[in-house]
Amino acid sequence: MTMAAADAQPLLQVRGLRMHFPVTEGLIARRHIGDVKAVDGVDLAIRRGETLGLVGESGCGKTTMGRCILRLEKPTAGEILYDGVDIANLGRRELVALRRRIQVIFQDPYSSLNPRQKVGSIIGEPMMVHGVEPDARRRTDRVRELLSVCGLNPNFADRYPHEMSGGQRQRVGIARALALNPEFIVCDEAVSALDVSIQAQIINLLEDLRDKFNLTYLFIAHDLSVVRHLCQRVAVMYLGRVVELAECDELFDNPLHPYTKALLGAVPVPDPAVEAERAFQPVAGEVPSPINPPPGCVFHPRCSIAVAACRVTRPELRELRPGHWAACDVVS
Amino acid sequence: MNGRNEGLPPLLEVKDLHTEFRTGAGLVRAVDGISYTVDPGETVAIVGESGSGKSVSALSILRLIPDPPGRVTGGEVLFAGRDLMRLSEEEMRQVRGSDIGMIFQEPMTSLNPVLTIGRQITETLEQHRDMNRAAADRRAVELLGLVGIADANRRLEQYPHQLSGGMRQRIMIAIALACDPKMIIADEPTTALDVTIQAQILELMQKLTQQLGVALIIITHNLGVVARYAQRVNVMYAGRIVESGTAAALYHNPRHPYTIALLRSVPRLDRPRQARLDPIEGQPPDLTRLDRGCSFRPRCRFAIATCAEARPPLAPAGAPGQLSACFRSHELDVTAGAA
Repeated sequence: MTMAAADAQPLLQVRGLRMHFPVTEGLIARRHIGDVKAVDGVDLAIRRGETLGLVGESGCGKTTMGRCILRLEKPTAGEILYDGVDIANLGRRELVALRRRIQVIFQDPYSSLNPRQKVGSIIGEPMMVHGVEPDARRRTDRVRELLSVCGLNPNFADRYPHEMSGGQRQRVGIARALALNPEFIVCDEAVSALDVSIQAQIINLLEDLRDKFNLTYLFIAHDLSVVRHLCQRVAVMYLGRVVELAECDELFDNPLHPYTKALLGAVPVPDPAVEAERAFQPVAGEVPSPINPPPGCVFHPRCSIAVAACRVTRPELRELRPGHWAACDVVS
Repeated sequence: MNGRNEGLPPLLEVKDLHTEFRTGAGLVRAVDGISYTVDPGETVAIVGESGSGKSVSALSILRLIPDPPGRVTGGEVLFAGRDLMRLSEEEMRQVRGSDIGMIFQEPMTSLNPVLTIGRQITETLEQHRDMNRAAADRRAVELLGLVGIADANRRLEQYPHQLSGGMRQRIMIAIALACDPKMIIADEPTTALDVTIQAQILELMQKLTQQLGVALIIITHNLGVVARYAQRVNVMYAGRIVESGTAAALYHNPRHPYTIALLRSVPRLDRPRQARLDPIEGQPPDLTRLDRGCSFRPRCRFAIATCAEARPPLAPAGAPGQLSACFRSHELDVTAGAA
């Protein structure tokens, strides 16, 4: 697979990534009875300054992908080349250095901030841990600056998370991610928990920060309209595998994989006239177990165009149009 | 086109409903005088963001507000001619689950984890329909077929944790429909589900409510879901209905600044990509600190001095049957400041 060969020097390159979690049975003598194949052979590249969207439904492995890249998990197999260095097997000490460059914004602004810590201390902590700004007064200044960059009053440094709304808390989470001047941020469902009116504010903020600090994002989300708005390229995952990958407009205008089509068809548009005209048949069935995925193409049990070969052969990602890859042997 | 079919009496008529919560921070008027109707067989959406009072208004109708801290402090809820607020607790129990079915967001917390699926369906039937066990069992199998669950006999033996989220929500629909209700209240029924499963569940609910002539109140924050499934819509903000009308009228000619702003703040798959989103600035109001003016005023790009003086009443604006609670609803330029 030489999918990313065209990209001169991607900031991040993932090759053959596998993350299997063992499933065991029995209380005392634990027997290994199988593996959850959360990520099962993924190749991806992200260029510097690019925002790559990673979409899919619960259990497709998109969050595990993010956790592997952050090295919160040690992958079972495969390479994660970050700026040319394989980080899949780094030790503790080297990981600390890596974390200054790669940061994360989590979904839930309620559970990802310590309720006993003041906002100033939440944002200042990474600087202390990494010895970036050892002087307390300068650290306070930096915290105030970060709050203001994220659209909050600098005096919020003295508040506790419970004194803030969901949107404000998410801004604190973003300020914390920025504290170490990272170049790459994994946004894991970063706007999913927010109300519609607040979601748009945070999306605009993420865009502003991307331009201002030349950030690269891996934007993990299930909301396709948000992904389309924010991303330059999009990868669609299903049951631990990337089934389609393309430039954003190309993917949304000409989806090739039957799963991507099903996903797009399932999103109702906020316009009754459009919806009244739009007939669609929701894709049947549910996502199969990642412990025991179906043979051949993992989507074949739900696929409307599956042929006999799909039950046997696992389709590889093929470049069906320039820069547009799909793992389906039926479409062309 | 009229807002509702004027020939028939409505199935549900909510009149000036008030629900309050006493909290440490002060009195919260979670529902502050809302009125709306639902016709037989009609699907009505209640749209709003967290804290707008949309769920509390539905729980108030069913008299499921925990007291203390909450209390319905005023209003009437006429359902098929009876005021639900005046029924005894025993009569109300017969209404819940029998005349009015309920579907909640998280099926795992609304199903009993230690009872089999079959028992949870038959319990409803034995309670409300005086069926014996054998008849209830037969009806349960029939209901699972209705909600598209194959292999009914095996499923009835299973416990909720053995089922997927989508499957559990199908069970909730089966329970809601068990006693042939006239109306179902669905509170964010698909918010916890994945998009492809959400589509399955919503299509199923639409098919069944149409087929069986059941009215549906769907409470959601998803504007796409409303557009596809609702005939009429009530938009809530800070405990009040700020706009009401047919889905077509509201989406194509919104007459309240909040509705306008809400529709404009979402990225859309059916339109070219925007350079930049147009969010509603500011935060939702603190409900313990509302003043006498319009509660959307601080975030409103159309606000004038009058808006601070009094709350604008819900009044006709736009299409027949459309109502908007804005002093300037007749002069709003929907495209003002549009990107």
